[in-house]
Amino acid sequence: MSRIKVKIKEKDLNTIKEICKSFNNEQGELINVLHKTQEHFGYLPAEIQEVIAKELEMSVAKVYGVVTFYSFFTMKPKGRFPISICTGTACYVRGAENVLGEFKRQLNIEVGETTSDGKFSLSCLRCVGACGLAPVVQVGDKTYGRVSPEGVKDILAEYNDK
Amino acid sequence: MEKVKLTIDNKLVEVEKGTTIYKAARQLGIDIPVLCYMNLEGLGIENKPGGCRICVVEVEGRRNLAPSCSTDCTEGMVVNTHSMRVINARRTVMEFILSDHPKDCLTCSKSGNCDLQNMAIKLGIREIPGQEYAAMSTYKMDFSPSLIRDLDKCIMCRRCEMMCNDFQTVGALSAFKRGFEAAVGPAFEMDIEDSTCTYCGQCVAVCPTGALTEKDHTREVINALSDPTKTVIVQTAPAVRAALGEEFGLEPGTLVTGKMVAALRRLGFNYVFDTDFAADLTIMEEGTELLGRLTKHLSGDKEVKLPILTSCCPAWVNFFENNFPEMKDIPSTARSPQQMFGSIAKTYFADKIKVKREDLIVISIMPCLAKKYEAQRDEFKVNGNPDVDFSLSTRELAHLIKQANLDLKSLPDEDFDKPLGESTGAAVIFGVTGGVIEAAVRTAYELHTGKKLARIEFEQLRGMEAIRKATIDFNGTPINIGIAHGLGNARKLLEDIKAGKSEFHAIEIMSCPGGCIGGGGQPLHHSDSSILTARTKAIYAEDEGKTIRKSHENPYIIKLYEEFLGKPMSEKAHHLLHTHYFDRSRKIEIS
Repeated sequence: MSRIKVKIKEKDLNTIKEICKSFNNEQGELINVLHKTQEHFGYLPAEIQEVIAKELEMSVAKVYGVVTFYSFFTMKPKGRFPISICTGTACYVRGAENVLGEFKRQLNIEVGETTSDGKFSLSCLRCVGACGLAPVVQVGDKTYGRVSPEGVKDILAEYNDK
Repeated sequence: MEKVKLTIDNKLVEVEKGTTIYKAARQLGIDIPVLCYMNLEGLGIENKPGGCRICVVEVEGRRNLAPSCSTDCTEGMVVNTHSMRVINARRTVMEFILSDHPKDCLTCSKSGNCDLQNMAIKLGIREIPGQEYAAMSTYKMDFSPSLIRDLDKCIMCRRCEMMCNDFQTVGALSAFKRGFEAAVGPAFEMDIEDSTCTYCGQCVAVCPTGALTEKDHTREVINALSDPTKTVIVQTAPAVRAALGEEFGLEPGTLVTGKMVAALRRLGFNYVFDTDFAADLTIMEEGTELLGRLTKHLSGDKEVKLPILTSCCPAWVNFFENNFPEMKDIPSTARSPQQMFGSIAKTYFADKIKVKREDLIVISIMPCLAKKYEAQRDEFKVNGNPDVDFSLSTRELAHLIKQANLDLKSLPDEDFDKPLGESTGAAVIFGVTGGVIEAAVRTAYELHTGKKLARIEFEQLRGMEAIRKATIDFNGTPINIGIAHGLGNARKLLEDIKAGKSEFHAIEIMSCPGGCIGGGGQPLHHSDSSILTARTKAIYAEDEGKTIRKSHENPYIIKLYEEFLGKPMSEKAHHLLHTHYFDRSRKIEIS
């Protein structure tokens, strides 16, 4: 039996309501609503999904199903500098796995997690269309090519004082 | 309707355009094996995600094999349902599914009754190649008062998801994640207890594996029966007698009332009683409540709440507490027959046999899993002692009988004990959709008009249509009655009431397809809806065979009011036989 109460700030509640309204509260627009909401909040925690479900008059289980199906959506806040490692075929065969391992080791986090200071988060993506530069890493908007495990330290160092 | 002609296994068949290969093959008597696909014909319940690929067939001119459950026939199509390529593909698909499935069949509660196991047998799977490379996904077990979720055994057929969302509109379950991590469950993978689940058990009824099962209480019942200091009594719901036989190889629709009583007596129950007795009692209370509200309404009272909604079905009660809390004063306040029985047993009957409440154990046999939850609700306890101690499903009773080495088929027919075992035909039909309201009409009509009914069968209230409407003439006053089975259908009627558009005076709602005969605790129908029809016929046959067929004529009910309760809706009746409802909706609060 449901007995969970969802708590949310009034300002955030109104923001989500506005986003849903801009898509006419249509269930078919769920993915667009999630995109816009994540754009605003940076991530999609449970309470935000509860509100979206209520606004679109659908079950929160379905919303959660969609959020966890698409790797773009995240339920954890991303770091100020989100790191994405391409594990598409080209990058993978050229050693992306080792690069990823090195990022995990240096930052002491797993894929999908954020460092405790909120600076970096780690995720994998599939092919950015720059296979000639494999393996490819993106930090925020910046793209790094031909990254080796040894180069990971240098990339992170660029963000030392930021 | 446009027709198409095609050939399946060298046989020519003509079907309507839009027919799937699977259905066309069935017209030819070819039964293509299916796993995720499910179709309850006549009930509008169909699951065809095209996910498992067990049902693939070879279509000439197509490069890939086609899933027959979700591929439409086209003109001139040539289909082969059992080429070597097809057989190999099916085996490979099955091996993949099994590579990520536990191998504890010996102790699995679905063993012997499992669609996945049956498919492995059918396809002759003897080994699972490459298993050492396969990931074995594991999940936390989820226990609730009614059902258990063991997602390690989930094969993503998504039948449960379809029942929970499309048929019931409960929305507790959804597929989440992908690949090996994928499974079906509530939002945020919370426990089912914290979700909007109503415990209707329809997910369990359709699960092809042991991923969804009832919370088994047979151990507790065996312990109670073994305790010499306890008096253990049992009540059996109407729908159980029309289905129990199936577990022992009898034809669906075989009534086993007498044999069931004999089996229960041999299991060691001190008294074998009938929930039907309490169903008659329910009619006295609910019928009186209906008449009370109607009389007020007809005399111009604008405040009175109509339509009155039945309240026997515990999953339905959970549903409106979750979704329509603002309407919680509309349903009848009458407790369900299971709870009325428990309440009377632990007061009136306990006094009669001079046994203390805590030494009397009440067991119920129910076609239902929500009854397990209902039995442990706080409002049905006195000083922590529940009116109904444990509720077993029809399936669990079958397990108990088998464990006791009793051969149900060869047992003699025996009668229920007195006084809580006497019932009428009106009580028996509680087990089918439309039955409760028909029983209520039989009594309400006679009490309201003071006339005897010339004919007591109300054919217009019967049937399997999702939502039914009928107008009964109460001596010049037309009474509009609505009936829905399935919570999605109930929701439609509720939305109408909410919008002030409802034309009904009374509405009966049952959560399960066909009513209790299709309950989540019944023997598994394995997607064969003709079994539900057979059970329905059996219930009406039992009614016809009864000498007394109206609740208010049950002599033991009359006696119960004379000796103990006074009259329907009396203060004592209110205290023991009525209840109140709670707001359990999800709330979004400003922090």
